[in-house]
Amino acid sequence: MSRTYKGRFMIMAFSALACVAQTPPQTLAKPTTPQKLPGNGGFIQRWTILEPIHVTGLTDSAVQATVKKEHFANQFTVIPKDGEKVTAGAAQLTWHAVDTKNYNVNLFHFARGLGKPTSDVLFWAVTIVNCPQEMNNVRLAIGSNSASVWWVNGQEVIGIYGDRQTVIDDGVSKRLTLRKGANVIRAAIINGGGATDFCARILDAGGKPMNGVTISLTGTVK
Amino acid sequence: MALDGTVGIHDPSTIVRCDGKYYTYGTGGSSLVSEDGWTWKRGTQLPRRGLAPDVIHIGDRYYLYIAANIGAQPKAAINMLWNKTLDPNSPDYKWEEGGVVASSDGVEDCNAIDPGVFRDPNDGRLWLVYGSYFGYIRLVELDAKTGKRLNPKVPPRDLAINCEAADMIFRDGWYYLLATHGSCCRGTDSGYNIRMGRAKRITGPFLDNAGVDMIQGGGKLFLGSGGRVVGPGHFGLLDLGEGVQKFSTHYEADLDRGGASVLDIRPLLWKDGWPVAGDNLKEGAYRIESVITGTALELAVEGMPVGGRRTRGPRGGGPPGTGPGTGQPPTPGAGPRMFEGVGGVIASQDAAQVEKNWPVGNTDVRMANYLCQAQQKWAVSVVPNAGGFPGSPYFKITIAGTKRTLAATKDAELIVLPAFTGGAGQLWRMDQLADGTWRIMPKSIPDSKEALALSAVGSSFATLTKFDPKNEKQRWLFKTP
Repeated sequence: MSRTYKGRFMIMAFSALACVAQTPPQTLAKPTTPQKLPGNGGFIQRWTILEPIHVTGLTDSAVQATVKKEHFANQFTVIPKDGEKVTAGAAQLTWHAVDTKNYNVNLFHFARGLGKPTSDVLFWAVTIVNCPQEMNNVRLAIGSNSASVWWVNGQEVIGIYGDRQTVIDDGVSKRLTLRKGANVIRAAIINGGGATDFCARILDAGGKPMNGVTISLTGTVK
Repeated sequence: MALDGTVGIHDPSTIVRCDGKYYTYGTGGSSLVSEDGWTWKRGTQLPRRGLAPDVIHIGDRYYLYIAANIGAQPKAAINMLWNKTLDPNSPDYKWEEGGVVASSDGVEDCNAIDPGVFRDPNDGRLWLVYGSYFGYIRLVELDAKTGKRLNPKVPPRDLAINCEAADMIFRDGWYYLLATHGSCCRGTDSGYNIRMGRAKRITGPFLDNAGVDMIQGGGKLFLGSGGRVVGPGHFGLLDLGEGVQKFSTHYEADLDRGGASVLDIRPLLWKDGWPVAGDNLKEGAYRIESVITGTALELAVEGMPVGGRRTRGPRGGGPPGTGPGTGQPPTPGAGPRMFEGVGGVIASQDAAQVEKNWPVGNTDVRMANYLCQAQQKWAVSVVPNAGGFPGSPYFKITIAGTKRTLAATKDAELIVLPAFTGGAGQLWRMDQLADGTWRIMPKSIPDSKEALALSAVGSSFATLTKFDPKNEKQRWLFKTP
């Protein structure tokens, strides 16, 4: 190889590397179907997520105070639609429907992709689990980075606190009954700094990931 | 302490269950009976008052083997008795004589006492080991349908020497011969200790961990004297099922009972292919750690760092060599540096320091990374007069330094009550499993007959589920807090 060609090749290679380095990983995409089955391992991969709200504190009491404060109207009952906006303090924030490619939902990707902060923030996330019949003695099982509080059909079922990494089935609810039809799962995830994500699935009475349900972002909630 | 109630016995038989009660028989025809395996009382005398009996339950019969000296030892014989029940209040209670199954003539190298009966789980064949010091421990086959000697013309096989009180068990392809070495019947001067060898065939050779044949005096130590008891002997397997095994023994001298010979039941563990004598759980303060998650059970309250909450502090804080821990005064205006601590000793955290911050009333239970905090330290203490289970009394489990009590709820979850009120859901049994970990079970669940065990569910929560011996989620460690 001549010196000229070698230099040109090196420039092209560096350019390619630079392009790769400048493309943030994409793990989230807009849903394209009305319903989705749980992914491998039963993980719920479809959520509507609100742009982050600035908060601080990861202790039990700080997190509980944060999530119990009304940040926007109907925050414990709303079934949000993609693109809907809410007013939280002085900010207008938008709900985004997402499918994740992975077992977890990468909130760092979510916020960074929108040009929003990723540290000292609160994310609200909502999804609907549709059951063909009433399901007894199931459990919601989640992991989050960092603290998070979870509700199923309006009932608070899990709270995990402190600065922690996402571990599959870190927080597991007591035995629950999912009703026939739509069941709303709502989460508030608070991040201190660095990476932030969460994962969630339903475990059956035997502790196995539950099949036979679908995930959607709309539904008739009783 | 070894068991409760009347526990005086010498040379106890293998403990067997009959209609929900536990029975054992000793030298002199004595017997002990228990409703729960913890509290014992004197039972009904046997019709034969011989030496060191052993019992096995096969089909609808209980076969009892008991030696009688028919002259000066080593002239002896082992007789079989059988009964349809061990409950003397049953109309079926009647001991029938089954005849002699083994004997020694006083000249041969054997003393036919101390029978140990064993049914091979591989093929159902029934065997008897016997012997005491005068020569060999011997093996003969019995008829599993009648309990009598099978093929009396087949000579006994010699398995071990210079020991007594032999018994056999089987596990994972190995036969284990456990026999008692040392001397009995000398109170605190008794050198009794239980030793063992193992073999791939029931006929031996039984080698110890050093490869020495028990017929040449070998024997790996299984259990010797220790703590407040001297001279364990007469091993007997008590298999409770679901992977929970215990063993019975007697101590020649229990120091807490004036040196009397008493019965005990302890966990049977397994390590590297050998039985290991476990210990029943003792009262004390513990962290209760999940084997599968490594997280510790805690009261679901906000933890306070030991020594109080500190800000991280600057990396600087003054010139090197000054500040806490250096012996040099800190630079005025500079806080302690990040890694220098606060100076002096930080006291351990107990509930008195932090309980005022905890909610009153019922409180949830969860699991967390152990940080030496008060809500993670549990006191395990005996509940007097509440009964127990084989080898141990029921315990209550409270947050150390408080009255807050762990309890099972009727929906098979966990709660911490403000105080112990005596309910069955607040009484806990801890059985040590084969690997040395623990199964933790409430005596019962309110309004339920199902037996459930404490189980990790995820990393940060616990629940109650049906016990599965293969499920690591139900294995726990009691560690120093």
